[in-house]
Amino acid sequence: MSAVQLKPEPEVALATVTIDGQKVTVEEGTTILEAAKRVGITIPTLCYHPDLPPQGICRVCVVEIEGSFLLQAACTYPVRDGMVVKTNSPLVREARRMAVELMLARGDHNCPTCSRNQKCELQKLAESLGIRENRFEVVRVPQPKDTSSPSIVRDPEKCILCRRCVAVCQEVQTAGVLFPTGRGVHTEIAPPLGRDLAEVACVNCGQCILACPVGAIYEKDDTDKVWEALADPTKHVIVQTAPAVRVSLGEELGMPTGSITTGKLVSALRRMGFDKVFDTDFTADLTIIEEGHELLHRLKTGGTLPMVTSCSPGWIKFIEHNFPELLDHLSTCKSPQQMFGALAKTYYAKKTGIDPKDIFSVSIMPCTAKKFECTREEMRASEYQDVDVVLTTRELGRMIREMGLDFPSLPDSEYDDPFGISTGAGVIFGATGGVMEAALRTVYEVVTGKELPSLDFHPVRGLEGIKEAEVDLDGTKVKVAVAHGLSNARALMERVKKGDSGYHFIEVMCCPGGCIGGGGQPIPTTLETRRKRVESIYQADKELPLRKSHDNPAIKKLYEDFLKEPLGEMSHELLHTHYVRRPLV
Amino acid sequence: MGCCKEAPALSAEVDRQLDEVVGKHKDQPGALLEILHEVQRIFGYLSDDVLIAVSKKLGIRTSEAYGVATFYSLLSTKPKGKNIIRVCVSGPCHVMGSDTILQSIEDELQIGVGETTSDGLFTLETTSCLGVCSDAPAMMINDKVYGNLTKEKVRMILRSYAEVKEASVS
Repeated sequence: MSAVQLKPEPEVALATVTIDGQKVTVEEGTTILEAAKRVGITIPTLCYHPDLPPQGICRVCVVEIEGSFLLQAACTYPVRDGMVVKTNSPLVREARRMAVELMLARGDHNCPTCSRNQKCELQKLAESLGIRENRFEVVRVPQPKDTSSPSIVRDPEKCILCRRCVAVCQEVQTAGVLFPTGRGVHTEIAPPLGRDLAEVACVNCGQCILACPVGAIYEKDDTDKVWEALADPTKHVIVQTAPAVRVSLGEELGMPTGSITTGKLVSALRRMGFDKVFDTDFTADLTIIEEGHELLHRLKTGGTLPMVTSCSPGWIKFIEHNFPELLDHLSTCKSPQQMFGALAKTYYAKKTGIDPKDIFSVSIMPCTAKKFECTREEMRASEYQDVDVVLTTRELGRMIREMGLDFPSLPDSEYDDPFGISTGAGVIFGATGGVMEAALRTVYEVVTGKELPSLDFHPVRGLEGIKEAEVDLDGTKVKVAVAHGLSNARALMERVKKGDSGYHFIEVMCCPGGCIGGGGQPIPTTLETRRKRVESIYQADKELPLRKSHDNPAIKKLYEDFLKEPLGEMSHELLHTHYVRRPLV
Repeated sequence: MGCCKEAPALSAEVDRQLDEVVGKHKDQPGALLEILHEVQRIFGYLSDDVLIAVSKKLGIRTSEAYGVATFYSLLSTKPKGKNIIRVCVSGPCHVMGSDTILQSIEDELQIGVGETTSDGLFTLETTSCLGVCSDAPAMMINDKVYGNLTKEKVRMILRSYAEVKEASVS
């Protein structure tokens, strides 16, 4: 033991600063914004986002520093020992107001018709700064909305040029689409070459929506299509709900972050008039059976390895644009949403005797990319569009508010048969590492014929960017990796491209944290809320009687009655797909 | 197939020229700006295809190259006329009547700011300070600066450029 040398802790230089008369000692290099928080002062911000590097461009967080001629941005300015800061002097208040008034004087800031009404950081700021009139004349440079994408709408006239979406698109997701273009009053955060979102390598992840402080970028609203179908007596309207929605819808409707509201969700949908309320978790279980067998097949027959999961449509479009040479690595399994869609208008239609043309299939997703996915031409296995409309968690929240349902006080109810029975393995699809863990639970037992000693695969859980694990399948070592957020996925795929990654199986989720952090989730979605929702997902898994996909009795029956066997002819027709190479612009 | 416009392949000659420019500047800081300037000198403007190709060669995204290309007023993503007129609209020139100068050019050439004459001879632009405030109002045509402008003087200058063209034609 004596050989072990303890390294001395590196010395941290401290700085004592006075902020609005309060003394506080912090590490040198801490920003004024952070230091002020320690003494209970929240300096207003706008271009600052807790999960992104500070930029200091909006000038809302300016403060006065004794001895400094200019006001400084608190979000970027580091403290020095002995510094005296005023965050609320007349000079600061005037500068802050002017910054906000100037933002309000450019473009369209008509709150009642804005997608972010009551959830807008600029609106909140104007309220808390007591801005009742604007001394500047409003200037509107006409900039048309971009409605080209099935997922995302850009409204440049609402944009305040804070560049938070740029940081997310370029750095966090490396989709590389949004960037400032032009200059001065003509500046627009936009895709390159004057193109629309649908004409570039946008993956529809919607992380830009979560980052936007105002209503300049938002999901395409499809709620009217659903209201219309619900009011049409000739339509049999069915709905599926994704795993992640049950731990986030409550938050959208005023409940604490991470509330698990599965039963209330089902009640609400039934009250809205859906004929059947089903669970995407059911087809998540089905995905595990198909994908698990696909992995085993590839391992046995020398197929392309590592195999990479294909549930996340943002990830799929990303690899199609950025790594078209690696498409063979993707599992051919459709996502649970699309497996559900294909079965609803074939198996379910046949079973119930309803003409598939009369079935209107809705899905509730945490995801904006799912709106794109359902419109892909490969997703018409039933010869109709398999999933008609995708609503995000936020859109469903709006419909429930519009209808006037008191969501928190709704009773719990159960999903309908036959697509309502699911397992904990299906639920954990909602968190990064969940698909991997669900697959391992099944693959282990299929291969070894033994029951797992513990169902929890902790190395693949958590919010670390890239996670790795090795699983011993009775002598066969399987090396797996999990990435979430596309910058992490890119790093992992660069290793795969080199050919020496050594992995057999990789899970990729497009959004940080997995689907619980999806672009259709309640705003705000931050690292902190992602963490809470992940905890709730594993809690929901733990509470279910069945936790392994292959134990799902409805899945067994589906194979007996209809599909016959995993990777069989029926599966290939309905549950598997192919991918397309897309150019990178 | 797919959602996006495929970029048409550039000719081998254009590709070779781009390789040469990118290769020369690749490793220096601020390479992109240098490269865009040089590429524009060769091709007259920065077309979509050229921006896509340069980005690929530099290992950056087109969004970044396009952002830079549209930020600087000396770079252009649209084809331009043979002669580029840049009228200074900064403070001193504004006070000395740059508005009138701009108007007289628009009247003379029958184009607005940002437009090119139908014969491809002139493109009209505005610019920030040219550094010749003592001679305000001022403008630049290509690399040449003209100061102390009046309506009449502007007309004569423009005609001298037009005559060069006619002379070369005959």
